[in-house]
Amino acid sequence: MNDCAGERAVHDCAGERAVSDPEVLDCRGQRCPLPVIALARRLPELPVGAVLRVLADDPAAAVDIPAWCRMRGQEYVGAAAGGYDVRRTN
Amino acid sequence: MSTYFDAAAAAPLHPVARQALAAALDNGWLDPGKLYSQARRARQLLDAARGSIAESLGVRDDELHLCGSGTEAAYLAVRGGMAGRHRAGVTFVHSAVEHSSVLLATPGVAVPVDRYGRVELDAFAKAVRAPGVALAALMSANHEVGTVQPVAEAARLCADAGVPLYVDAAQSVGRMNVPNGWSMLTASAHKWGGPPGVGVLVVRKGARWIDPRPAVGPPNLPALVAAAASLRAVLSTAGAEAARLSALVDRVRATVAETVPDVEVVGDPVDRLPHLVTFSCLYVDGEALLHALDRHGFAVSSGSSCTSSTLRPSHVLEAMGVLSHGNVRISLHRDTTSDEVDRFLSVLPGVVADLRAQAGVSGL
Repeated sequence: MNDCAGERAVHDCAGERAVSDPEVLDCRGQRCPLPVIALARRLPELPVGAVLRVLADDPAAAVDIPAWCRMRGQEYVGAAAGGYDVRRTN
Repeated sequence: MSTYFDAAAAAPLHPVARQALAAALDNGWLDPGKLYSQARRARQLLDAARGSIAESLGVRDDELHLCGSGTEAAYLAVRGGMAGRHRAGVTFVHSAVEHSSVLLATPGVAVPVDRYGRVELDAFAKAVRAPGVALAALMSANHEVGTVQPVAEAARLCADAGVPLYVDAAQSVGRMNVPNGWSMLTASAHKWGGPPGVGVLVVRKGARWIDPRPAVGPPNLPALVAAAASLRAVLSTAGAEAARLSALVDRVRATVAETVPDVEVVGDPVDRLPHLVTFSCLYVDGEALLHALDRHGFAVSSGSSCTSSTLRPSHVLEAMGVLSHGNVRISLHRDTTSDEVDRFLSVLPGVVADLRAQAGVSGL
């Protein structure tokens, strides 16, 4: 049980380190599909491995940002701090 | 040139329904509850229509309840089914992709679906076995993406758990068979080519159900007669018609994926409704796409949030985890021709390309 907890802590730490200071893209107030378009424009400008946090308040973004990551082979890290974190993997 | 591709919302009135409706107006305006001879003719019409619908559905006359819409039928099924089982519990279990009329009837526990929109049977089994479940609901096939649900397996799971199963069969009745094993089933006449304003609820013998209506008014008799006649007519050609439309849907699925870049054709490609196909176009505004297609004469539907009154994306696309913007649903019917489908397929790539060019997202 201790081993498990240890593994989990390390994993969480690594995750937090990677997205502790992400590039932020503010798409609040924008409707579908504008946040996804902004993400598609910005992400290729970042280095591979970098994380982009897309701030969006359109409920469709919660569906469409993970779907875009799947279609484009990028990594959807998760929702955090009112935004959606995406890691450039290619 | 105008082409109607939204049969899943309302199928065009079947010619048999039109004839029956006109003929039934002669006696159908009478109150069938009265005792004079004219009213007895209305009563005969009502009994014949009920008998005909029951026979078409393969159920007994006294298992059939009639109401004003598919939405009302869903409400009666859920609320009446919950009330009938109040001693067993208060939990309502349903798939995450049920029609909103089912979801709005009462709050419940949503069972997740896979990428095709098919309910996860392991999760469904776990949910119906939980203590205090009064009723479970699983639609026969999904109205937005066409995926057929595993009703037979769900019915077995429900039977093992001692929980009645309600099946919303609005998109299937008149098009394909629904497996047995359910306790309640609903359908809507204007989805099979009957007139609007007729909902059907079947409550199997032995199923616990309490009618939640304080009183049941007289039926819309002419519409009911037309609904019964059109259901018989539709069923007489259902097999051939399903095969014809299913081939057209296959053509749409294959051609859209080939000719439109960055498109997701969603739903199960094989185990699906014969007449319905849905796809989402990346970076395209669903409302703009719907209006552009309308200008080319195509009436289609969309699950994108910008086309909904609530500005929320379709809960079906959301539960499936597929792209919700740029979404188009087309649903075919008995008047749909191969040429209409081909014209749509020739117009669509240019429409999508133009919208992407206008938005400056070409090649993104």
